[in-house]
Amino acid sequence: MFELLGVSPQAFTAQMLIGLINGSFYALLSLGLAVIFGLLNVINFTHGALYMLGAMLTWIGLTQLGYWIGMPELEVPYLVALFLAPLIVGAFSIVVEKTMLKRLYHLDHLYGLLLTFGIALVLEGLFRHWFGVLGNSYPVPDMLRGGLRVNGLFLPYYRLWVVGVALLVCFATWYFIERTKLGSLLRAGTENPRLLQALGVNVPLIITLTYGAGCALAAFAGVLAAPIYQVTAVMGSELIIVVFAVVVIGGMGSIAGSILTGLGLGIVEGLTKVFYPEASSVSIFVIMIIVLLLKPAGLFGKVR
Amino acid sequence: MKKTLISQVVAGALFAVGTSASAQLSNDAVNIGVLTDLSGIYSAIEGPGAVVAAEMAVSDFGGSVLGKPINITSADTQSKADLSSSKAREMFERDNVDMIVGNVSTASALAAMEVADQMKRVALVTGAASLPITNERCNPYTVHWVYDTYALAHGTGAAVVATGKKTWFFVTADYAFGHTLERDTSEVVKAAGGEVLGSVKHPIKTTDFASYLAQAQSSGAQVIGLANAGGDTIGSIKQAAELGIMGSDQTVVPLLMFSADIQALGLQETQGMNFTVGWYWDYNESNRKFAERFMKNFKGVAPTSVQAGVYSATLNYLKAIQAVGTDDSDKVMAYLKSTPIDDGLFKGVIRKDGKFEHDMYLLQVKSPKQSKNRNDIATVARVIPAADATLPLSQSKCKLVTGS
Repeated sequence: MFELLGVSPQAFTAQMLIGLINGSFYALLSLGLAVIFGLLNVINFTHGALYMLGAMLTWIGLTQLGYWIGMPELEVPYLVALFLAPLIVGAFSIVVEKTMLKRLYHLDHLYGLLLTFGIALVLEGLFRHWFGVLGNSYPVPDMLRGGLRVNGLFLPYYRLWVVGVALLVCFATWYFIERTKLGSLLRAGTENPRLLQALGVNVPLIITLTYGAGCALAAFAGVLAAPIYQVTAVMGSELIIVVFAVVVIGGMGSIAGSILTGLGLGIVEGLTKVFYPEASSVSIFVIMIIVLLLKPAGLFGKVR
Repeated sequence: MKKTLISQVVAGALFAVGTSASAQLSNDAVNIGVLTDLSGIYSAIEGPGAVVAAEMAVSDFGGSVLGKPINITSADTQSKADLSSSKAREMFERDNVDMIVGNVSTASALAAMEVADQMKRVALVTGAASLPITNERCNPYTVHWVYDTYALAHGTGAAVVATGKKTWFFVTADYAFGHTLERDTSEVVKAAGGEVLGSVKHPIKTTDFASYLAQAQSSGAQVIGLANAGGDTIGSIKQAAELGIMGSDQTVVPLLMFSADIQALGLQETQGMNFTVGWYWDYNESNRKFAERFMKNFKGVAPTSVQAGVYSATLNYLKAIQAVGTDDSDKVMAYLKSTPIDDGLFKGVIRKDGKFEHDMYLLQVKSPKQSKNRNDIATVARVIPAADATLPLSQSKCKLVTGS
């Protein structure tokens, strides 16, 4: 079969793996979107900008912060950034939710979309102004340098690490929401907030924390992306459209759906790059159109 | 009302040009405008360093010419054509600038050249790369000083094949610029006895190059040629390093690259790479001397090829005025095109079409261990003779050459 397609089995496996890595970014990002949409009914357009913010904070921590505060030796290492950047972005998002987004819940969710879109533009504009549009380079952390050579194909350790961590975080999030008591409370709170409030549960707090956690996931993906891709002010807006397509294909709000389609579409995109590279930037959207025609609620979605 | 205003401006400009021929120096001074990208995407390549270089040229020349003062003004194009055009006009009309130097990015260079041509003033292009500047779009008042895309394709291609690396695979940006660069380089590679094993085209502004690079890697080609630019080039190089291509038998050759990009990427990820420039600070003693003085004036950063070009262009323009005794554009241009240039940094001749023909340099990026400091990034692997790096006049489409 491989000979027919003109690709060796090794090359095919390599491309599947490369696709899986992009897929795990799609999964992480669309997971955050699905959580926020599924539980809060907010179409969170800031997601791309927060992903950029995560990567930018990581880069700033390693290369800029020391100079700014007059201690050039100071470097925030990768592993610290992996926790710190999501925390900062999560806190920022909570402020946004408390001061702005909260006021729009009683309106159509298009208003939430417009607000978050506006915030995304402001964030991107600010970083573009401060750091320009040229890419900033973030080195692969020393402990994850190098790679495995299997059958003539080279697998960088860092990419394997990204797939592993991303899958772990995706599974943990799914497990938390679908299988734990707190998760069921969360779901109940969005289905019937009044009832839950009557039972003495602080529903607004749950909503705020959920939004913060969903946004922190975007920043987490940003930290993972920093050593692979270029860190730029526009990296989020380049990815967000694809991620929205993933969410639509998976089914708006379906958590398992967003994870599985994220991974699947990464692989599809990777294979397009082998067989017809020119179409790689549109393959996901072609699939989106087909899915929307056949199954308007998405592959895993329920009609609301 | 508007019409009369425009005609007044035009008449004023014509008057200024008309009187300049009879007087020794127009406005009793030589005014030089540095028109460059001071804050945009190419500011690290030319930008504020170009102003420093021009000021150094003026002070090395002695600060005055024919007993009259030399003034420098500068303006920011942000690498945008519309800004470049309006700033060039402003410089010529309001500041009475005799010559503009700089112009990084093709679109803004062509815009400024057009204004210069209309007003019959000199434009010395140092930063932009496109061949059309002295080919299809050439004009009598423009000199293309440092390098062009012909040199990048032909110089790098042939030079890399000459080092014994014969088989190529291209990773190409899927639009006109990438296609042309791939086609031109392929021709050169084949002509030099090399072989092109294939290519893969990627959409512009791609984030992930791993798939394309893996294909290039599995092709077994000795050279992976990057026929892309800017962010796409930097992204491909970064990921080529990550995928273990750097340091293997395969070489990654970016066809458009600057030392500033290497500094941004770091030597760890770019070591061993080849790229072509018109000038390198560490090539010989006179270059190093200039670079040391430049660094003292400019935050310790070594000059790029383009910034050295600004110095050379400014200095030789002043020498021409001194020699012909006037700042009249036609006389200055005639002198520049008839007198060989050798200023310690650049050596060569300016041809009829305005192309400054000089040697180019194929650089090889050092490893972090070989590098002594952050400016010490490359060695000169090969000097590319001027004749190989310049479009032959017989193939030129420039109207000054063809006469039509």
